[in-house]
Amino acid sequence: MRSMPLRRTLGWGLHYGILGLYLVFALFPLFWLVKVSVTPNDLLYSEGVRLWPSRANLEHYASVVTHTDFPLFFRNSVVVSTATAIFSTCCAAAGGYAFSRFSFGGKFWIVGLMLVTQMFPLVMIIAPIFRLLGPLGLTNSLTGLVIVYTAFNVPFATFLMQSFFDAIPRELEEAAMIDGETRFGALLRIILPLTLPGLAATLGFVFTAAWSELLFALMLNSSTAASTFPVGLLSFVSKFSVDFGQMMAAGVLALIPVCGFFFLIQRYLVQGLTAGAVKG
Amino acid sequence: MTTLDAAGPRPAGAALRRLRIAVEPYLYTLPAVFLIAAIMLVPLVIGLSYAFRDITLLDPTSGGFVGLDHFRDLAADGNFWNALNNTVLWTAASVLLQFFLGLGLALLLNRPFPGRGPIQALVFLPWAVPSFLSGLNWAWLFNPVVGPIPHWLFALGLMGAPDNILSDPRHALWGPIVANVWWGVPFFAITLLAALQSIPDDIYEAAAIDGAGAVERFRSTTVPFLAPTIAITVLLRTVWIANFADLIVVMTRGGPADSTQILASYIFTQAFQRLDFGYASAIAAVLLVLLLAYAMTVLVLRRALVRRM
Repeated sequence: MRSMPLRRTLGWGLHYGILGLYLVFALFPLFWLVKVSVTPNDLLYSEGVRLWPSRANLEHYASVVTHTDFPLFFRNSVVVSTATAIFSTCCAAAGGYAFSRFSFGGKFWIVGLMLVTQMFPLVMIIAPIFRLLGPLGLTNSLTGLVIVYTAFNVPFATFLMQSFFDAIPRELEEAAMIDGETRFGALLRIILPLTLPGLAATLGFVFTAAWSELLFALMLNSSTAASTFPVGLLSFVSKFSVDFGQMMAAGVLALIPVCGFFFLIQRYLVQGLTAGAVKG
Repeated sequence: MTTLDAAGPRPAGAALRRLRIAVEPYLYTLPAVFLIAAIMLVPLVIGLSYAFRDITLLDPTSGGFVGLDHFRDLAADGNFWNALNNTVLWTAASVLLQFFLGLGLALLLNRPFPGRGPIQALVFLPWAVPSFLSGLNWAWLFNPVVGPIPHWLFALGLMGAPDNILSDPRHALWGPIVANVWWGVPFFAITLLAALQSIPDDIYEAAAIDGAGAVERFRSTTVPFLAPTIAITVLLRTVWIANFADLIVVMTRGGPADSTQILASYIFTQAFQRLDFGYASAIAAVLLVLLLAYAMTVLVLRRALVRRM
């Protein structure tokens, strides 16, 4: 028994050691992104593998904001992701509420339909969606992208919202309905305020997914005016593959909104993902 | 409250209210179902039909039925078979590495210790990075001009010269695999951590009283509790990673010389660069059938295992 404290110290040392190693693996690529983005061009090649440049400044950020189309791409992405997050969350809240509170004919098939959409290769429908949206004027348009992204995100968002509704006792809206509220009124005034954390988590999750989507944006919107951030960054890479500083500065800018959302919602994500995974 | 409702029960009103109650659940699910049907199911069916037609964008004469021609071309297409091999390597390596690293991380984060909150948020951070940006970020790290990795590998003697691994046809696929592992470990860690935290403490106490050591406790208590979550997450992630073309499109565009193409990125290349929607859909149909077969196998195996236990 005398060896216990030693073994315990060793155990915790190992514990922190392994976590520390993993932290380095997780954070080093992001650190490098930031490092190159603040390295002046004349030092970029001469100090290639140094951990921090001998001089650092924000000139790449300044030139990204003033000399490139990135402010436009950024605005497009904000518009598309925000609209997608709002529409998906509304559809998902309604659908998730129905899954949580009613049993109705066809429910099994609707749930099955939503699960199937999580399984098949989305690249498979790129071509048909392109041909369907073209004649409607929805290619090279932010509206078209919002419609497509909303549909892609609704299934998972619905399961997420359902798990949050399941946690709220039915008696609450039943009492309100006895007092003369309609069910919809009770949902709006009593239940939704209680699911605010769930709504925030769903909004954040969908926003992040829409912010990251590349392939459909690349296929559907080829014009600069309707390009989102991922498409802009990728075309930038193939066009001016020499200006690493600017590209990485743009990359850091693309990270800011999603990282903000991530720190706000990561607590709820653990809950929601478990519920989603168990149901899936 | 509308004035109609306030007018009180009338014979027609009762029937109307019954009807309203009966259709209510469908009204709530209608927007979601309509969107999914219009944007995902209809295109899926159309996409399957393209596999049997000659559809090339910008070619007005195309559109005729060609029967099984695309599939005959596939059988003779060396790039397709290479992409199929790569899909297996890409998926198996990514899922296994993500799973074991994620499980290790979840076990380490499962017990309380000083600094757990911030450490947890930081190790999960890669998951918030948009996938295209993780791809670009790792492509830059592998690039000898601005990235350190080739120089490190060279210094360790693992590489003859500090070259870009992404332009070496023999090893290029490992670039996107590393990026995928980096990006995807937090998902497994989050899911497994949540599952671990749902295991009741008294079960561990009972095992400890019975004199079970740490390894024995892990085998007899933790593993059976985690098994259902593991089965479902591994199944979903396998399917998802097999379909995940972003990192490859961003990092190598399937090159050099199609050596890093997986089926999903090959589909995208056919549709986006060659505008050959018919051939792209035929590859997609093959991928869909393979994934369905995989999912069925896993579910049947799982049922057999559950029955034996």
